[in-house]
Amino acid sequence: MAAVLYALPFLLQGLLITLWVSALVVVFSLVIGVILGVGLVYGPRPVQWLVRLFSDCIRGIPILVLIFVVYYGSPPLGIAIDSFWAGVVALTLFKAAQVIEYARGAISSIPKGQMEAGKAIGLTFLQRLQSVIFPQAIRRFLPPWINGVTDAVKGSALISLLGVVDLMQSINEVIGRTYEAMPLYLLGAVIYFVINYSLSLTSRYVERRYAYIRD
Amino acid sequence: MDANERPLLKIEGLQKSFGQIDVLKGISMTVRKGEVVSIIGPSGSGKTTLLRCVNFLETYEHGSIQIAGQEVGFRDSSNRQRRGETDLARMRAETGMVFQSFNLFPHLTAAQNVMLGLVKVRKKSKQEAREIAEHWLTRVGLDHRIDNLPSELSGGQQQRVGIARAVAMEPKILLLDEITSALDPELVNEVLDVVRQLTEEGMTMLMVTHEIAFARDASNRIVFMDDGKVSAEGPPKELMAQAGSNERLDAFLSRFRTSHLH
Ligand SMILES: Nc1ncnc2c1ncn2[C@@H]1O[C@H](COP(=O)(O)OP(=O)(O)OP(=O)(O)O)[C@@H](O)[C@H]1O
Ligand SMILES: [Mg+2]
Repeated sequence: MAAVLYALPFLLQGLLITLWVSALVVVFSLVIGVILGVGLVYGPRPVQWLVRLFSDCIRGIPILVLIFVVYYGSPPLGIAIDSFWAGVVALTLFKAAQVIEYARGAISSIPKGQMEAGKAIGLTFLQRLQSVIFPQAIRRFLPPWINGVTDAVKGSALISLLGVVDLMQSINEVIGRTYEAMPLYLLGAVIYFVINYSLSLTSRYVERRYAYIRD
Repeated sequence: MDANERPLLKIEGLQKSFGQIDVLKGISMTVRKGEVVSIIGPSGSGKTTLLRCVNFLETYEHGSIQIAGQEVGFRDSSNRQRRGETDLARMRAETGMVFQSFNLFPHLTAAQNVMLGLVKVRKKSKQEAREIAEHWLTRVGLDHRIDNLPSELSGGQQQRVGIARAVAMEPKILLLDEITSALDPELVNEVLDVVRQLTEEGMTMLMVTHEIAFARDASNRIVFMDDGKVSAEGPPKELMAQAGSNERLDAFLSRFRTSHLH
């Protein structure tokens, strides 16, 4: 047990990496996914077609395979990428493909007349997105997206397979030294749970805040 | 030509099709400043499509639409190069549109619905926009509903917000597409009263309507559209008189005559 306490600072470092990876993935995939989602709904045909292709390809590949494809596939393409960024890129691509679908679903649930009313008062495309479409779409976008955020935190554990010392990998390494598998995995499970449970609570709070439109 | 004589809205040879279906088959018409023109005609004759072309919610294959001498959707009438997004938005702000299904922004209060264009397009301060919104909402009889969401308003009230949202932008011309046809009969008059007031104040309007009596009383001219063409037009009395020589017009108007007998 003492050995486990001894290892706490090391585990804390791993936790920070897990949070850092998750945050990067969540932010990057949100930006990329929303932009591509908008392209999928409002873009010209070729753009729609490319986004569809991207989304279908990514979602058709197991995340684990995607991580190795990015890690081992980048150097031959002349892209120098370390294991940390390979993991972030792969997880981001995976997540972005999901965000595209959430965004598409949320945006296309808004009646066509909304965009037209925005046009009629002279709003530009970006103004219509900002003031008319997004504020309404967010209500439908948030629930699946926040669920997806907890997936991203859990999924980030996969980059331990590339040797990145995140929470998962730090636990593995401490176990390798101390053979205290059970308490350490339990500790890991509790930490992941606490992170995700607080995210879920936040999401419920946010959802209630955005429930301003009566159906 | 005298500046007052130049039409505010000038549509020439407008042709539009959806795929194989020709919907507008060469429409020409004008609306002068301060004039109220009503468009009537059977269902499917292209009235809505025509109105939507005027603020470029629909594009069209041939012809020209000019407001105050400026081509609406294209850089100029000869080369038909589509205006860029910002340019198009600026042109659209010159026309106001009131929709059959209201299309209010459901996440914004009545005041915010009116303020959005004032702040984003007209670049007014929040405070100034709020004052203008209050002014117009009071004018349409909604001074007690200024901070309500659309979902808290009746259909008639929602449509009056729709009108306030359009006129607050001070458009050169107001486009109205059957703005009372989604309303319960007892709510129609409160909306028509607002429109009547606006006509009396000299607002230029082009409206599609099935309210023949209203069109007759409130407009300077009526255009009868049939099968994508202007089949007859003139001041209300003259147009009604043409029914004798225009079979389609006669058939269309007779429906309203018989419905009055019931
Ligand atoms: N987006 C569209 N795609 C395909 N066809 C369309 C579209 N919009 C309208 N049409 C067709 O164009 C024709 C004219 O429609 P439009 O809505 O302009 O008629 P309208 O005169 O306004 O009729 P109503 O009195 O019923 O409102 C109809 O045949 C309609 O089916
Ligand atoms: Mg119509």
